Amino acid sequence: MSLLTIDDLVVEHRSPGRPVVRAVAGASLEVRAGEVVGLVGESGCGKSTLARAVCGLNPITSGGISFEGEAVTPLGLRRRRLTGIQMVFQDPYASLNPRRRVGDQIADGLRTSGDTTTRPADLLERVGLPRDFERRHPHEFSGGQRQRIAIARALAARPRLLIGDEPISALDASAQAQVATLMRDLAVESGAGLLFISHDLSVVRLIADRIAVMYLGRIVESGDTAEVWANPRHPYTRALLEAIPAPDGLGVLPAELPGDVPDPADPPAGCRFHPRCPHVMDVCRVKDPTFGPVACWLHADDGPSAPAAAGRPEKA
Amino acid sequence: MTLDITGLKVSIGGKEVLRGVDLTLQEGRVHGLAGESGSGKTMTGLAVLGLLPHGSRTSGSITLGGRELLTMPPAELNKVRGGEVAMVFQDPATSLHPMLTIGRQLTEHMRHHLGLGKREARARAVELLGKVRIPGAEEAVGRYPHQFSGGMRQRIAIAVALACSPRVLIADEPTTALDVTVQAGVLRLLRGLCDELGLAVLLVTHDLGVMSAVADEVSVMKDGLVVETGPRGRVLREPSHPYTRSLLDSLPDAQIDEGGR
Repeated sequence: MSLLTIDDLVVEHRSPGRPVVRAVAGASLEVRAGEVVGLVGESGCGKSTLARAVCGLNPITSGGISFEGEAVTPLGLRRRRLTGIQMVFQDPYASLNPRRRVGDQIADGLRTSGDTTTRPADLLERVGLPRDFERRHPHEFSGGQRQRIAIARALAARPRLLIGDEPISALDASAQAQVATLMRDLAVESGAGLLFISHDLSVVRLIADRIAVMYLGRIVESGDTAEVWANPRHPYTRALLEAIPAPDGLGVLPAELPGDVPDPADPPAGCRFHPRCPHVMDVCRVKDPTFGPVACWLHADDGPSAPAAAGRPEKA
Repeated sequence: MTLDITGLKVSIGGKEVLRGVDLTLQEGRVHGLAGESGSGKTMTGLAVLGLLPHGSRTSGSITLGGRELLTMPPAELNKVRGGEVAMVFQDPATSLHPMLTIGRQLTEHMRHHLGLGKREARARAVELLGKVRIPGAEEAVGRYPHQFSGGMRQRIAIAVALACSPRVLIADEPTTALDVTVQAGVLRLLRGLCDELGLAVLLVTHDLGVMSAVADEVSVMKDGLVVETGPRGRVLREPSHPYTRSLLDSLPDAQIDEGGR
């Protein structure tokens, strides 16, 4: 049974005097226990909104999110029933309370799960920090260390699902891969699922079992990480992968995806990617591909069990 | 015009952050500067422009076409800065002024450095925006930074830097705040401008992929020292210093190749 099921989720942001922005426009996704799912996409595609909705931080407009078979409802001010889902936020400079000792903040998580045997220092040890750091305050740590503390705090609540909302983008390049791998190892070790959101594809590739690519509020492609990497089928996935410069010393400039992400308040008709797609066909301009796992008319017949070795389509 | 940095030492509050840096930037070449944060990459860039924090002590030399920049009087340095040497910063959301129009930010230093009139400066601003491929340059001049996307803002920041026809451009992590697809466009633009205008570019970045894509020469810094310098192909493919090797090995791709996941 899947741990988290997101079914045709729609989340809208309403602000007075502005058109309604549909940040997530019908996304479906599944996370199983012990599985790491990487959610990637450009900024503004709705990744973070999706994560916040899963945590109950953003109200849902339509569709459904269920966690262990129970619907996720928006969090109230006092009651926290939803402690099985824990989130690690993007900026560890903002997500830790600067006025409290890190040990006390980790202890909050332990209290949530009713755990009286584990000490905060044990958790610090698990994230690779010395035990005596529990008496210090967040300002005494570097970004990478703070993010480890934030991970320790999330793990203290014994989550069955851990969500990382761009947890590595505020860190140094040297710390990014380390922290990402740590998150994966700890989640898998404790049998929890991990939904890892990032715009850095190379890190997602390193830690995720499955990958979901998001564009303008929709999941356009999802599949096994190695398979998506070796054989990206949606033109957007392909463009994303081709834009990563390889450190091979050959001086090859990465391929450029023309145009900008359209305004989510006014998405293009038909397929949302068609104005930037190199393989655009007539059908793309009028009909929205709402099927999966590859939401693209080039792959309309592939179906969920299509062979991985489907050839690259010719330019239409 | 070449920029030579020799034996540059900088200490801030008694702590030595640069411990003898040697670099040479040549016309029409992109020189990449790699290293972890805290290794002194950004400080090297700031030292060239005389933008180091207050109370920092410098020694060694930075020469631009034979003139010493480190000991230059402030009034003279002000002519070099923004004129002959320009800088592009990491985050275009903070390096552009949110309350001034793009046109104002593009023309202010042009009028100061080049002594252009209002109309000429505006015409040049439109031309520059066209050069960095901002659509609808005529209208864009009157808009504010928040009306542009991140990639567009970085293009505008590059246009601001290019306005006074600099000979040396210092780009400090110019694509770190951008998405990969947008990054590709900005890198292509930088490389094109370097070739077309014969700029000497110092590209500070921690991303070895970016380095590999645009830099001709690569220097690797560690703890305030340049540990390795050489042509891109050699440094990234056959690094001679163990630190460069460890940087390459820590990349996610390298870990996948080794560990199978």
